[in-house]
Amino acid sequence: MIIGVPRETSPGETRVAATPVTVRQLIDLGHEVLIESGAGLAASHADGAYAEAGARIGTAAESWGADVVLHVAKPSAHEIGLLRDGGVLVSLLAPAFDPELVTALAARPITALAMDAVPRISRAQSLDVLSSMANIAGYRAVIEAAHAFGRFFTGQVTAAGKVPPAKVLIAGAGVAGLAAIGAASSLGAIVRATDVRPEVADQIASLGGEYVGVPADEPQAGGGTGYASVTSEDYNARAAVMYAEQARDVDIVITTALIPGRPAPRLLTAAMVASMKPGSVVVDMAAAQGGNVEGSVPDQVVTTPNGVTIIGYTDLPGRLPAQASQLYGTNLVNLLKLLTPGKDGQLVLDMDDVVVRAMTVVRDGEVLWPPPPVQVSAAPAAVAPPPPAPLAKPEKPAMTAARRSALVGLGAAVLFLATAFAPNQLVGNLTVFALAVVVGFYVIGHVHHALHTPLMSVTNAISGIIVVGALLQLGHVSGVVTVLAFIAVLLASINVFGGFAVTRRMLGMFTRGPATKAVAHSGAHR
Amino acid sequence: MTLTGAASAAYLVSGLLFVLSLAGLSKHETAKAGNGYGMAGMALALVATVALAGDDLEAAAIVAIVVAMAVGAAIGIWRARRVEMTGMPELIALLHSFVGLAAVLVGWNGYLSVEGAPAGEAEELGLAVEIHSAEVSIGVFIGAVTFTGSIVAFLKLSARIKSNPLVLPGKNLLNLGALAAFVVLTVVFVIEPNLPVLAVLTALALALGWHLVASIGGGDMPVVVSMLNSYSGWAAAAAGFLLDNDLLIITGALVGSSGAYLSYIMCKAMNRSFISVIAGGFGNEGAAATGGGEDGEHTETTAAEVAALLTDARSVVITPGYGMAVAHAQGPVADLTRQLTDRGVDVRFGIHPVAGRLPGHMNVLLAEAKVPYDVVLEMDEVNDDLAATDVVLVIGANDTVNPSAADPGSPIAGMPVLRVWEAGTVIVFKRSMNTGYAGVQNPLFFRENTRMLFGDARERVEDILKAL
Repeated sequence: MIIGVPRETSPGETRVAATPVTVRQLIDLGHEVLIESGAGLAASHADGAYAEAGARIGTAAESWGADVVLHVAKPSAHEIGLLRDGGVLVSLLAPAFDPELVTALAARPITALAMDAVPRISRAQSLDVLSSMANIAGYRAVIEAAHAFGRFFTGQVTAAGKVPPAKVLIAGAGVAGLAAIGAASSLGAIVRATDVRPEVADQIASLGGEYVGVPADEPQAGGGTGYASVTSEDYNARAAVMYAEQARDVDIVITTALIPGRPAPRLLTAAMVASMKPGSVVVDMAAAQGGNVEGSVPDQVVTTPNGVTIIGYTDLPGRLPAQASQLYGTNLVNLLKLLTPGKDGQLVLDMDDVVVRAMTVVRDGEVLWPPPPVQVSAAPAAVAPPPPAPLAKPEKPAMTAARRSALVGLGAAVLFLATAFAPNQLVGNLTVFALAVVVGFYVIGHVHHALHTPLMSVTNAISGIIVVGALLQLGHVSGVVTVLAFIAVLLASINVFGGFAVTRRMLGMFTRGPATKAVAHSGAHR
Repeated sequence: MTLTGAASAAYLVSGLLFVLSLAGLSKHETAKAGNGYGMAGMALALVATVALAGDDLEAAAIVAIVVAMAVGAAIGIWRARRVEMTGMPELIALLHSFVGLAAVLVGWNGYLSVEGAPAGEAEELGLAVEIHSAEVSIGVFIGAVTFTGSIVAFLKLSARIKSNPLVLPGKNLLNLGALAAFVVLTVVFVIEPNLPVLAVLTALALALGWHLVASIGGGDMPVVVSMLNSYSGWAAAAAGFLLDNDLLIITGALVGSSGAYLSYIMCKAMNRSFISVIAGGFGNEGAAATGGGEDGEHTETTAAEVAALLTDARSVVITPGYGMAVAHAQGPVADLTRQLTDRGVDVRFGIHPVAGRLPGHMNVLLAEAKVPYDVVLEMDEVNDDLAATDVVLVIGANDTVNPSAADPGSPIAGMPVLRVWEAGTVIVFKRSMNTGYAGVQNPLFFRENTRMLFGDARERVEDILKAL
């Protein structure tokens, strides 16, 4: 199959659907790759780099006329016309929001796969562009905020005085939110994050953020997919109180709340924005879907009368074109891996595969949108109930002090009785035995864990002390006894000499590293 | 000073030397001295005994002693020189079996020279003959269980027989039944000591030892080997009671408690009770994932990608398991460690207590490959640092890095594990997607930050070395 990668023509689109790295991977799958001249320029990839990777450089018409066309932005009507009959277009299509585009695509005898319709199941994670782009967008949102913010993110103590760290609130701890938390905390800011799903608190903490919850009885209404869904009115009211408090306190707010197929929820009202300190920055990552912040304008930077900057960029991933192209391109490579199972350049569209089915918007001119719902696997707990209680092992109750002393007392009494009625010689033996066991436990308890194997071989050697017993029996009474004792001496000698020799050999192997090494470790970079 | 008095004094000194020997093993710095104390103690005990016994022996018997000890020493030293560190578990198990067999022989001799001796030739006893008979019975029983148990452990560890647990119907009842039968036989033997009863008792103990270890799977071997270590000690102690020899009692008790303590550590590291390990292991080793397990998509990687990742990393933790020993990968792993350390990467090892088939097995393997012991850390020492680690290499380990240990419904619930998944990236070296010893699916493999590197661990590590 020939894969065509045209230059993106929509205004502001800086990404490209393949980089020299992914071109190589596509060729490994048995495909030929044809790049439109200049396709990668905005993402810093020259034609020469593609040619070096094995791609052919061609015209727009050639690239659009390929068997499979990889694209980033929605195609224009003209571009749809350039597709060849029976061709396959893979692109961001937003079929849920753009029924006209779906109709236009279905007017041609082509197949169209929407990269933004990949179901969010773990198997499809490697081709989920929404995740990979959200990751970039979250990072970039922090960079944009830092750019517009007139202060440091990190706190410092300088000769010219103390600089307090910036306080950042991230609303929504999805992929974008988590990326933003990571970026902001690595810049040194105090990061707080909130989400309707209290279970993400651990993830937030792992990236250096502090979870701010909404004081609520029930976390969220309905949904059940574990991903963003609509919350109840009561919850919203309490959330508003929390946001109002936070808005007064923090310097930066980054909102990432999106609900698939619905307008973005309104998190910050104009009044809350007005309560923020002058110089504060708000980045509304949901501006394209109506905005989480009242007053945000898509693709614009707005400054409110009280000096708060509201950034409404919708092209955040495109602002890191090289990175975004690489990740998008890798998502496409993973898709093509799925579609060319034989690695022989033959495309197979398996409609029984939920991932392929969900992405296919148009097949040979037939509209297949919307796909049947896919069971999201993000919340396994809801699907598989925990095993019934009887299976769970009952926790062993810790031994109480009273029980422990009762046991010790009982043991002492038994030992006392046994010894008191035993003949003298046995008493002596028992005394030695009991004390040696106690000494043994204390001595062994201090043995270094790394020396457990040498410990075993040394105890092996000294348990060969039984040779002493055999020696004492040798040459006594009858011939049988002597023979048996002879064998016992032989076996025990193997133990004694073998055990000590192997221990010696092993201990000789343990070497200490250069002295500097010991200091080098510990979690210095955290 | 009589000869007997001198021998007793020598025994006391060598007993203390053995205590010093074990105490020396508490630190790397003093370990070699500890081994030296042990040898000194043993030499002293042997000299004292030979002097004591040789007093009233004919020349032929003295020659026999010298021949037996010379042959034993030759075999022992030859094996000790030749053994590979991967073969340590087998050697240790085999040595245990020798102690067991020697204890059985000493017990039989005890019977033959007292109860079973022709009238008038019996040795003098300082105590009632009933007690002596009971001591014979106990000594023979422990020795025989140790002997066959160690033989089975040896065969399993050296892969001469399958390491899957043998499951006989009602196996716990069989074990308990054998114990009960032992008590009955002992009583019979005490009342009327005779050869057939002792023979039946020996056969019973041999069968019990065989069955006990045969029904335990390969992954529980660290517990079994330390248990047998303990038994070999108790067997020596029993012989000490039989012969009224304090040195044997002291040494046996030291060894017995050492083995018991190690078994306890191993059991704690698996969050299982000793009884549950003995009463039966998990399912079959290396079985395919059982139903109901969490499943998902794993991501494969290549040696070249891992090499690039390691070069960029600041800190790397390697968590080896039995698979490293099987693949003999410790040499290449050590080379990798040296190369990365030379490039300024902080490389450390995290060792789970039950990794391998012997307590401390991984440490010895890494020491053999010349990895400095101060970068080889225990699980508890490294666990809290894993979150700040860039790359973790899991080499031939599975259950010991399984995150489902935190899931109360899992068969390995509550087992302390290395929390490798907290690190930036986890590379898992594995031959296939099969489950580990516990037969539990490992959700680690399906984590987003996990990459699978399939194939023989040794070859893969060598590939990485080439790519570096």
